[in-house]
Amino acid sequence: MKLTVWTYEGPPHVGAMRVATAMKGLHYVLHAPQGDTYADLLFTMIERRNHRPPVSYTTFQARDLGADTATLFKASCQDAVDRFDPEAIIVGASCTAELIQDDPAGLAETMGLTIPVIPLELPSYSRKENFGADETFYQIVKALAKPQERTARVTCNILGPTALGFRARDDVEELTGLLSEMGIDVNVVAPLNATPSDIARLPAAHFNVLLSPETGEAAARFLDKNHGQPFTKIVPIGVGATRDFIAEVAEITGVIGRPDESRLRMPWWSRSVDSTYLTGKRVFIFGDGTHVAAHARIARDEMGFEVVGIGCYNREMARPIRALAKEYGVEALITDDYLEVEAAIEKLSPEMILGTQMERHIGKRLGIPCAVISAPVHVQDFPARYSPQVGFEGANVLFDTLIHPLVMGLEEHLLTMFRDDFEFHDDAGPSHHGGKAKAKVEEAAAPQAQPQDDNVIWLSDAEKELKKIPFFVRGKARRNTETFAMEKGLHEISLDTLYEAKAHYAR
Amino acid sequence: MNVPLPPTNGGCRTAPVLKERGQREVFCGLTGIIWLHRKMQDAFFLVVGSRTCAHLLQSAAGVMIFAEPRFGTAILEEQDLAGMADAHVELDREVEKLLSRRPDIRQLFLVGSCPSEVIKIDLARAAERLSQVHAPHVRVLNYSGSGIETTFTEGEDACLASMVPVLKNTKERELLVVGALPDVVEDQMVSLLTDMGIGPIRLLPARRIDDTTAVGENTVFALTQPFLGDTHAELERRGARHLAAPFPFGDEGTTAWLRAIATEFGVSEETFEAVTAAPRARARKAIAQAAEALRGKSVFFFPDSQLEIPLARFLTRECGMTAIEVGSPYIHDALHGPDLDLLPAGPQISEGQDVDKQLERARAARPDLTVCGLGLANPLEAEGLSTKWAIELVFTPVHFYEQAGDLAGLFSRPLRRKAVLQMEAAE
Repeated sequence: MKLTVWTYEGPPHVGAMRVATAMKGLHYVLHAPQGDTYADLLFTMIERRNHRPPVSYTTFQARDLGADTATLFKASCQDAVDRFDPEAIIVGASCTAELIQDDPAGLAETMGLTIPVIPLELPSYSRKENFGADETFYQIVKALAKPQERTARVTCNILGPTALGFRARDDVEELTGLLSEMGIDVNVVAPLNATPSDIARLPAAHFNVLLSPETGEAAARFLDKNHGQPFTKIVPIGVGATRDFIAEVAEITGVIGRPDESRLRMPWWSRSVDSTYLTGKRVFIFGDGTHVAAHARIARDEMGFEVVGIGCYNREMARPIRALAKEYGVEALITDDYLEVEAAIEKLSPEMILGTQMERHIGKRLGIPCAVISAPVHVQDFPARYSPQVGFEGANVLFDTLIHPLVMGLEEHLLTMFRDDFEFHDDAGPSHHGGKAKAKVEEAAAPQAQPQDDNVIWLSDAEKELKKIPFFVRGKARRNTETFAMEKGLHEISLDTLYEAKAHYAR
Repeated sequence: MNVPLPPTNGGCRTAPVLKERGQREVFCGLTGIIWLHRKMQDAFFLVVGSRTCAHLLQSAAGVMIFAEPRFGTAILEEQDLAGMADAHVELDREVEKLLSRRPDIRQLFLVGSCPSEVIKIDLARAAERLSQVHAPHVRVLNYSGSGIETTFTEGEDACLASMVPVLKNTKERELLVVGALPDVVEDQMVSLLTDMGIGPIRLLPARRIDDTTAVGENTVFALTQPFLGDTHAELERRGARHLAAPFPFGDEGTTAWLRAIATEFGVSEETFEAVTAAPRARARKAIAQAAEALRGKSVFFFPDSQLEIPLARFLTRECGMTAIEVGSPYIHDALHGPDLDLLPAGPQISEGQDVDKQLERARAARPDLTVCGLGLANPLEAEGLSTKWAIELVFTPVHFYEQAGDLAGLFSRPLRRKAVLQMEAAE
């Protein structure tokens, strides 16, 4: 038993959902109680997906437990096949269903379905979301990939991008373009937007590009071993990594294409004198192993930062991250305990954090700027604009991402110069961010009980009521009420006036 | 007398109910922790569950505002299940660590989950034992917020019901108002009742453990939320008497709710009018402004919070909408009856859910506004239907007169937004 406040990863069946939701023509029948449907909103709200995840939950209740949850599973399974007409289904159990041991795999097998049924064994009490996605994708590939001839042209598959992946949508596009410039076609991208019949075609490619090791490595290894497809080990995030990736692909395929570097602005942006201020900025990097490794290299070699600590939350990546930490001469922090990460950041007090949404909150509390570079994701991590992380455009995007939270060069100098100035001080925040600047004068020194217009007086009960209104709308409520009172020729604001005004402005 | 008149075509109390059983697109009762921990500021909610429970709480809370919130999950691991570790010993250790780190905590709720229920960890026994260890500084109670037993708001019901047996006993004739409300709303309600000369007024849940909420056979209680069936039963078990009334949404609901209490306490008609006239007029005015966008429009409720029936009553009677289907996870006649009486006949009343079938009905009916959970809202919007996320109705102050306009506004905003967005090329 371990007390957990916030988690970096969900349970493994959420990983399976990330694969199922990314794909088309696949349905997931999940033996689960009511309430586990909460996971749908991760996809419909955070990722703004315009369709429900293709998941049928059996929704068993306490009273079913003594009776027949197995029949309930079979009914849901049949219903899903009839209603959604998938090319294949995956079946499995969530944490609670794992305990009642109904064996969804065995049950589905006895049903005589004519489509492939792929059983999932995802141990909910020892593994987590990334494992769930990786294992699910592997099982799907294992079940569906068919031996076949290679395509005439040199082609590859892109493996690993899932629903709720960090910038997966744009990374796939950027990577496809990069490969195309090298003269390599993409055979199948999977799981993102792939159908089960696309999965069957995977072995036609000459090699695999492993875009997301967290969610695609088991499948890549399987295809290497069983279908003779080598896979790339370098994830092309950053300028150097992208160039290394191009060399790796050339090595695997013998194709020496020269991708267009004319759009690559990052190296000059980093060399230009304005960026001098970035030199030696102390950064702490935390996230999933792949993004952390990529960003450590970018931070040190391409931005000129000083890396003061790195770590990852997914234990599967502990070994490479530890090795990397050694190379960087820092301690690796391998933990999924949010409070430990916070303590480490507090101790190291970096000037910037490259982290996840969790570290963004830590940064907010500690007053340290943070750029989000990795899942777990937030609705903000699904920008409307094109915003890849991989390849040359990805490098451009990352330069912007990494400097955006910072106070700009010259501004930083002014802050240092006028350190105790009432306007230029540390709490003022970067000038290009709205709504943060605070006056240095203590707020308590001037309790603004009196309105600007001395003709209108707040009576104490109204003033008290106003304080109960959430702070972020309080100012508006105060202004509206005063305007309303002045319009009505009132000199005092009572509780009633407050609510008269509220009703007046109600929409 | 401003007594709400039942609809001329008969209400919905005796209408046939479509009972469905199938996939449910709802939260489990653990979700209630999100607002209960804000309401009870000296309480900690410790879920004994799985990683899924922790992930649900995090996803439902949406944002992580607090470094160390007053809720957490004791995540069961393989060794707990295999019997290699004694769950009770483990729990005691985690609670000990927690309470020593958080001396501000005065009440601890051990919250059961699906896995803890299935493997039968006896949290009642644990609560009793831990209460003895940590008394008098901390009181430990338990309830189940599991999905196999509770649907969304039923978690609050289970929590409040767990508190009833430990409330102090009183012989006094007191009014107990039950249901977690935002403080600003609660204060308005107390002030309306106080102005009528009604008192003392006790609240469940109280904001802090030391507040003087008690119960006894001379207690009468009013519910502010329509999902408190078990709490209702527990209070009756303590001898308290329920004042049945429509729920205090909108002008009409608020007035009827207040009137049930005023009548019980012998408040004169003049006093009642004097206290309620001004806020009622304001409520009407605010509703009228917000309802402009709603008049003549149809609404379809997916089951979510059990607020659906009172809200359908408000939207049809005060905002001029037509209800097509009113789905509720559960319908309790003792609680929902007065609202069903007032809801004009016509809509399909449904209880429970088979989400795919219900979606088919919604698509066929093409309502102007669909009230549904977050998992369904964007997919339905993508199909061209306007939606209102139901969870916002639970997280926003919507009760009583001064919020009546805001309540109508929550429903009109999606329609107004749809009307203002213009992205076609200019002619």
